[in-house]
Amino acid sequence: MIRIERRLVQPRWLGVAVPVGSIVFAFAAMTLVLLATHHPPLHTFGRLLSAGFGSRDSLDATFISATPLLFTGLCAAVAFRMGLFNIGGEGQLYAGAILGAGVALMASGASTIVQIPLMIVAGAAGGAAFALIPGILRAFLKTNEIIVSLMLNYVGALVLNYLIFDSLSYWRDTSTPDAKVFPQGKLLPDAATWPVTHIAGFALPFGLLLAVVIAGAVWVLYTRTRFGFEVQVIGDSPRAASYAGMRTRRKMLAVMALSGGIAGVGGASQDGDFRHLLDARGLSQAGYGYAGIVIAALARYNPFAVVLVAVLLGGLQNAGYTLQSVDFPSGLVGVMQGLILFSALGGELLIRYRLRLPRRGARETTAGAAA
Amino acid sequence: MPAVSLRGITKRFPGVVANDGVDFEAAEGEVHALLGENGAGKSTLSNILTGLYRPDEGEIRLYGEPVSFTSPRDALDAGVCMVHQHFRLVAPFTVAENVMLGDHRGEGGKFLVHPRNVERRVAELGERYRIAVDPRARIWQLSIGEQQRVEILKALYREARILILDEPTAVLTPQEAESLFETLRAMAAEGRTVIFISHKLHEVTAVANRVTVLRGGRTVATTDIAEATPQSLASLMVGREVDVSRRQPRAGEIGEPVLELEDVCAAGDRGGDALHGITLDVRAGEIIGIAGVAGNGQRELAETLTGMRVATRGEIRVHGKVLRGGDPREAIRAGVAHVPEDRLRTGVAPSLSIASNVVLKSYRGGAVGRGPLLRLGRVRELAAELIQRYDVKAAGPHVPARQLSGGNLQKVVLGREFSSTPSVLVAASPTRGLDVSAIETVHRYLRDGASAGMGILLISEDLDEILALADRVAVMYEGRVVGVLDATSATVEELGLLMAGVTPEVPV
Repeated sequence: MIRIERRLVQPRWLGVAVPVGSIVFAFAAMTLVLLATHHPPLHTFGRLLSAGFGSRDSLDATFISATPLLFTGLCAAVAFRMGLFNIGGEGQLYAGAILGAGVALMASGASTIVQIPLMIVAGAAGGAAFALIPGILRAFLKTNEIIVSLMLNYVGALVLNYLIFDSLSYWRDTSTPDAKVFPQGKLLPDAATWPVTHIAGFALPFGLLLAVVIAGAVWVLYTRTRFGFEVQVIGDSPRAASYAGMRTRRKMLAVMALSGGIAGVGGASQDGDFRHLLDARGLSQAGYGYAGIVIAALARYNPFAVVLVAVLLGGLQNAGYTLQSVDFPSGLVGVMQGLILFSALGGELLIRYRLRLPRRGARETTAGAAA
Repeated sequence: MPAVSLRGITKRFPGVVANDGVDFEAAEGEVHALLGENGAGKSTLSNILTGLYRPDEGEIRLYGEPVSFTSPRDALDAGVCMVHQHFRLVAPFTVAENVMLGDHRGEGGKFLVHPRNVERRVAELGERYRIAVDPRARIWQLSIGEQQRVEILKALYREARILILDEPTAVLTPQEAESLFETLRAMAAEGRTVIFISHKLHEVTAVANRVTVLRGGRTVATTDIAEATPQSLASLMVGREVDVSRRQPRAGEIGEPVLELEDVCAAGDRGGDALHGITLDVRAGEIIGIAGVAGNGQRELAETLTGMRVATRGEIRVHGKVLRGGDPREAIRAGVAHVPEDRLRTGVAPSLSIASNVVLKSYRGGAVGRGPLLRLGRVRELAAELIQRYDVKAAGPHVPARQLSGGNLQKVVLGREFSSTPSVLVAASPTRGLDVSAIETVHRYLRDGASAGMGILLISEDLDEILALADRVAVMYEGRVVGVLDATSATVEELGLLMAGVTPEVPV
C-alpha cells in the first residue's frame, strides 16, 4: 500500500519540479483523451502550440486572452498567500467592470488621460468593495470566506445580467429599436479606449502592462515591507501574529480589498481594452475568475510566476478559439484545462506530503532526524 | 525471556546517526525507564519499536519472537502501544469515539458505529485502573491530565501488552503523577511491560524497576533502580557532573513593583470565569513562581497579562501605568515580554525563518525598517547576532523555525524577548519538553534576567523548577491564588496540598 506522510522539509526544487511535473502529467492524460477521441495526439498538440504561440498574430491574441487571467490570478495569489481563500475573483471582476464602465459613461466628455485613471480607480473600488463583503464577515463573524465569496460570484453574475438584460439601466443601450430587442451595453466613449503599446512588434494591451506592474508591486509589498511581513506571519500562524501584536483583522480586510481590487481592475481592463461596453454575456461566459484560481495554484502564489502561467494558459485558451471547428470541438481545450487544474492541485499535495512505497530497504523519511 | 529485546539497533538519518547500535531489554511485568537527553535517541528508538521507522540494522524481538514492523499497525497488532507526549486525539470527538478510532478489530462496529459498548468498556477500564474519565465527554472539555488518561485507556482498550509513555508527567501535578505511577505499577503487576521515557530523575527512581540510559544514540547503561541515585543517573545521562535543580544565589536587588494585578478576572475558553480576582505583584529583580495543576487558570493568567485575553474586571499595572488590556501590542510596548506555553505555534511562526522570527515583535521599530520597507539585511544581521549570542544550533538565519529542536527554539524565543529589554517577563512552562542542558541554559537566562532587574512571572508545573528559581511562589487553584509562600522555606508537600485546593489555615 502507498502511504502518504507529511513532509517536514520542503526542498526548494520541489517548488519548480512539481508544477512542471503537473503539466507533463496533464499532457500525458490529455494524450489518452485524444487517442480515445481519435485525434492524433502529437499533431493536435502541435496545432495547439502553433495556434497559441506560433506566430506574431497568435501571440498577440494570446496576450489578449492572458490579460484578464493575469488580474484574476494575482487576485487569488494575493489572498491565498495569507491563507484567505478568496474564490470570488469572478464576481469581483464583474463589479470592477460595472463600475469601470459606469464612470467611463458618466465622464463621457473627458480625455483619455482622465478616463483611464478614473476607470482603474472605479474598477479597483468596485472589486475591493465586493471582496470586502466576505472579508468583513470573516474578520468579525468568522464565516467561511470560501463559501461567501463563491456565492457572491453568482450574485455578481445576476446583477450583471440584470443591468443589461432585465432592466433599462444606465449601462444598457436603449438608443435604437434594435437594441431594445437584442439587449446590449451602451458603447463607451472613444476616450475610454485603453491604448495598445507596440513593443518589439508585439501589440500589448495596456491592461497587460498594468497587470505586470501590479505583479511587481505585489512582490515588493509581500517580500520587502512590514505589511508583507505581517501577511506572511498571519498566513503561517495567526496565533503567533496576534501574540506579536499584529492587527490580524485589519490585515485580513486590507488583503481582501487588495485582492478584490486587482480583480476589479481586471474588469475595468475588459471594458477599456477589449469590449468597450459592459458585456454581460461575454464576461459571465468567460470564467476568468475561476481560471485565476488555477493560475494562482500553478504559480504557487508567486506573482511573477502568475504572469508566466497566465500567458501559457491564455495561449491555450486562444488556441482553443482559433482551432474550434468540426474536427476540433471546443470542449477539448476545456478538458485540457480541467486536467491541468486537477494535476496542479494533485501536485500541491506532493509538495506538502510525500508518498512512500513499501519497498524493502526503502529509504525512510529524511526528516525524522530530530529524534 | 524478555518481553522486548532490541539488539544492535542502528538508525541513520542524513547527517545524523540517531541510534548507533542500541541494545535495550525490558521484562514482562516491569516498569522500565528510558532515560536520556533530547537527541539521545529515545524518540527514534520508540518510533522503531512502534513501527514508525524501520531500523537500518539490528533485531527486534517480542517475547522471543523476531518481528519486523512495516507500519505502526503491525506494532499495534503485536500489542505495542505508545502514549505520545503530544496526544493523538480528535478534539471534537467523545472519549469513547477516540478510543475506538483506528481500532480495526471492529468492536465499535465495522461500518456502523456502536459507541455504547465502547463506552461501557472504557468506563470499566477507567474504574479498574483508577483513571476514570467520562466516556461521553468530548476531548476539548477535558484537562490535559484527563486527556492523557484517554490515551492510556486507548492502549488498555486495545489490550496493549507493551506500553510506551513519552514524558507522561510533563503535564501533571506531583499528586497526579503519583496516581499515574500507581496505574503504571498496576499495569505492570498484570504482566504488562511499561516503558517510561523521561528525563526527570526523581520520577524515574520513584516508578521504575530498571532504567536504561541513552546518550548520543548509544546505550550507556542499564541498571536496577535500587543501585542508582538521581546524581549517578544524571551524570550517566549528561556525561558529566551536573547540579540537579539546586538553588543558586543570584546577584541583584529586589526593587519596586513592576507588575501589579488587582482583582483581575477573565473568562475562560468554554465560558465561565477562568480567573477569579487575582491580586499579585512582581517586583523588579524578583522571580515569582506560579505553581498549580495545569488548567487552573495559569494559561489564562499569562494570556491576560500579555494582552491576548481580555480582563473582565480588575486592573493590571506595569510600572504603575494601567493597561487597557486585550491588546498584545499595548503589553509589548509597556515592556511585558512573553515566553508562551506553546512555543512552536504561538511563540514563532513555524514555517518562517529564524530571522523573521527574531524580528517578530520588533519589525515595527526603526532598527529594521525604513518607512514601510523592511531592511532585510539588517534583519539577517540581528538574527545572526542572536544565534551566536544565545548559541542556537542552526545552519543560519534562513532556517525555518520549525526545524529547530525544542531547546534551540526556546533560545530563539528567549533571545528575542530579552532583546527588547523588557521590565516584565511572563514565562509559561519555559522548560517543558527540554533536555537537561537546555533547561540549565533557560534557567541561567531567567536568573540573569532577574539579576538585570526584570520582574519575572514563572509559570511552571515543575515544582522543582519553581523552588530552584523563584523568590516567592503563588499557588493557583481553580482560577484563584490560594497562597503565596516564601520559596526558600516552602516544601513540596505544602505546595502540593495547596495545588490540590487544600488550604489548612483557612477554615472552610
